[in-house]
Amino acid sequence: MKNKLNLFIIIIFLSFCFGIFYKGLNNSNTYVPKTKDKKNIPIFEAKDFNSNIYVGSEKIFEEDNFYIVNIWASWCVPCRTEHPFLMELSKSQSVKLIGLNYRDNQINAKNFINKFGNPYSKILIDSDGTLSVEFGAYGVPETFIIDKNKKIIKKFIGPINKETVEEIKLIIK
Amino acid sequence: MKILKIFIIVFLSASFSQLKSDEKNNELKSKILKNIRCLICQGQSVYDSESDFASSIKAIVDRKINEGLMEEQIYEFLREKYGDWVIYVPKLNKNTYILWLLPLLLFLFGGAIIYKKISKNKNEQ
Repeated sequence: MKNKLNLFIIIIFLSFCFGIFYKGLNNSNTYVPKTKDKKNIPIFEAKDFNSNIYVGSEKIFEEDNFYIVNIWASWCVPCRTEHPFLMELSKSQSVKLIGLNYRDNQINAKNFINKFGNPYSKILIDSDGTLSVEFGAYGVPETFIIDKNKKIIKKFIGPINKETVEEIKLIIK
Repeated sequence: MKILKIFIIVFLSASFSQLKSDEKNNELKSKILKNIRCLICQGQSVYDSESDFASSIKAIVDRKINEGLMEEQIYEFLREKYGDWVIYVPKLNKNTYILWLLPLLLFLFGGAIIYKKISKNKNEQ
């Protein structure tokens, strides 16, 4: 009877361990925190890409509009694939695109914009990546949707695509 | 001459205290960075990583220390941006209490088994 109980405990323990490892191995390696809560946009000051003058976040997001903050860089290959979709979104009147130029060379960034077009109403320089951290970003490209109450309501990690654009259009409708 | 001596003493003591403060800040920075997980690397802390993400976190931690934020305030800032996972030593809350209490329970359970075995052996002798 005692041996049976021991065997039962061992089997339960091993099943428990197996369950944990099985679940762990099936999980994705990329960690994305749960974004149930709407977060306020960070308060910051950043250099404007064109004028090189510092502008405050309250000035950048002053209009009663939806905003899309897109983190990009000229050296980022996926940014090139998502660029036509950003150009498409920029045609919408109900949203304004803000670009965050992440850890980039300004000349290369200007060449990128000249070559592929400028979907942004404003581009901010994030030379050391700290502005992206303020938004809770991991790298490039990343896109944040900000509603009229100046809350971050959605975050897309990686390049946006046709499906994402449709989803964004539904949000900003 | 006397004024010059006083000036040199004041200058040296100011430089020394600045050096001391920089050293203290660097120690704090290293301690914090070693406790932050690099979210895009495999099993590396931000301190050990050379990724862009890690460099950005290093820059922001440096800035927050210079702004006078305490260690816990910096962790709180990062938790708010990236969730509990970003810190290696998680806070005790409803999501992490199993993580904190399970080793203690296993220790007590193991201790109870050992104690039972020893007292059984003693009784048999």
